[in-house]
Amino acid sequence: MSMTLAEKLCAKAAGVPSVTPGEIVTAKVDLAMVHDSSGPRRLVSKLEEIGADVWDPSKVVLITDHYVPAVDAESAAILDLTRKWARDTGVEAFYDMQGICHIVLPERGHLKPGMFVAGGDSHSTTGGAFAAFMIGIGATEMAGVMATGEIWVKVPPTIRIEWTGALGEGLAAKDMMLKLCGELGMGVGNYKAIEYTGPAMTALPMTERMVLSNMAAELGGKVGLIAPDDVTLDYLRAAGADVGDDALDWKSDPDAEVEAIHSFDATTLNPQVAAPHSPENAADAEAHDTVKIDQAYIGACTGAKLGDLRMAAAILGGRKVAPGVRLLVAPASARITNEAAADGTLAVLTEAGAILMPSGCGACAGYGAGVLAAGEVCISSTARNFKGRMGHAESRVYLASPFTVAASAVTGHITDPRAFLMEKAA
Amino acid sequence: MSAQITSLTGRAWVFGDNIDTDVLAPGIYMKGSMAELAQHCLESVDPDFARNVQRGDILVAGENFGMGSSREQAGQALLELGISALVAKSFARIFYRNAINLGLPALVCADADKIRAGDTLSLDPAEGTLAIEGGERLSCEPIPPHLLAMIADGGLLPHLKKKLKGAAA
Repeated sequence: MSMTLAEKLCAKAAGVPSVTPGEIVTAKVDLAMVHDSSGPRRLVSKLEEIGADVWDPSKVVLITDHYVPAVDAESAAILDLTRKWARDTGVEAFYDMQGICHIVLPERGHLKPGMFVAGGDSHSTTGGAFAAFMIGIGATEMAGVMATGEIWVKVPPTIRIEWTGALGEGLAAKDMMLKLCGELGMGVGNYKAIEYTGPAMTALPMTERMVLSNMAAELGGKVGLIAPDDVTLDYLRAAGADVGDDALDWKSDPDAEVEAIHSFDATTLNPQVAAPHSPENAADAEAHDTVKIDQAYIGACTGAKLGDLRMAAAILGGRKVAPGVRLLVAPASARITNEAAADGTLAVLTEAGAILMPSGCGACAGYGAGVLAAGEVCISSTARNFKGRMGHAESRVYLASPFTVAASAVTGHITDPRAFLMEKAA
Repeated sequence: MSAQITSLTGRAWVFGDNIDTDVLAPGIYMKGSMAELAQHCLESVDPDFARNVQRGDILVAGENFGMGSSREQAGQALLELGISALVAKSFARIFYRNAINLGLPALVCADADKIRAGDTLSLDPAEGTLAIEGGERLSCEPIPPHLLAMIADGGLLPHLKKKLKGAAA
């Protein structure tokens, strides 16, 4: 029977030869990932309530990223509890202040094609870039996974999103994603698997593909899958994951049935900016060029990988952040900070006037440093701009690629970055 | 044998499409207690909601209710404020699972936009029906049996506790 990648992954996890969309199956979880906000702090009392221990500590990855570094007694207590739990339960894969969970997980070799992974965070869809069926779940659900190693799942139908053509200079996966949010809306993928294909997608490096999978969450998707190729295997092997060439078999059968195919042309794509208060308010950056900004933020699982920092550096080299504007940069992991320091990227950013922030979720969801006051405007490389998410309910957040965020930091208003890149080339 | 879910009656609060988790449980209050967080639930779309909502009230919304974060506090804040059930044209998937896991019935009703704020609603989550007092009777998508059993037990944890006990016996 022909199956989509999503169906194959569900069938494997359920231990059955085949599944069909709509079928409810019980999946065995290969890995459970939790962070300081969704993890021990919320799990301890729940596991006590049902009198259960963690089913297999070797299959748990724990990462502190939401409340790091502690800024007050409450966040310090949350982190303290998290560290003690790691010791008490014997979870060895504990990454304390090493970066954002969705980045650290693949960076340290924990993901590979064919896995079924439960993540205590909505952007867990990021794991789909590695052809892992990685879903986001809430804390009670995670307590159930921790107790049993299992979770029920309704096999999703697949929506295929095909990117043809090739991205132009100054464009990034973020522009592709914001375009999708604008065109397809925030609920198009609800209860469904999203699968990305097409030459403009396969031309992307892993870190950019991760943006597409990450923001599958913004389309409502259960997972955001990408079939593996040599780019995937190279990334995973460099990260220390044990993957054979048979990992390439994790792909949809050519004649597998999908619910819909949406096709987009990367060649004609312009830099996108999503206006407050939803990613679906996306339009060409140019349409917003009168919007003045107070803050520019390069951070989060979506927008602060090494490639993202390099995009910002390509704009900021030899330029300065506009007076009255603050540019905050929070690299997505400690390893990325090191790499960006080694290759000179960080120096370009800080010489331009960027303020370097700790690796973590930071201001993205309003948990960490860099939040906004009433009336302030921020352009951000993060994934969500819901009302009040990044601070005061009356602040306004525009979403864009690192290129566009950096260009806007230089001019002080929302700016299409391509003029800067052309200027440089000339 | 699971307990039966009895029908629920309550006053409707009506919200629109794409109500997100960050307005239900704002990140800047996530460190504090649930009681404090709940006071800020939905405040950026209706500043008076937390103050005026009453125990037993039913929250009605449009498409994609609960989109965004996986934070379970989004559903918990509504429970804390006394919301007894949710009705929406559609729910974001993580939020839906969270609500059911917490024992908060969430009904998908294509005609939810026929409900007006302040209407008195009678729901039967098991049957999947909704009656507006003095008005129409709307049909909702039936909740699958394995989830009804979970709601009847009071949520995922009591349900699991029962199951684990059964397995040990």
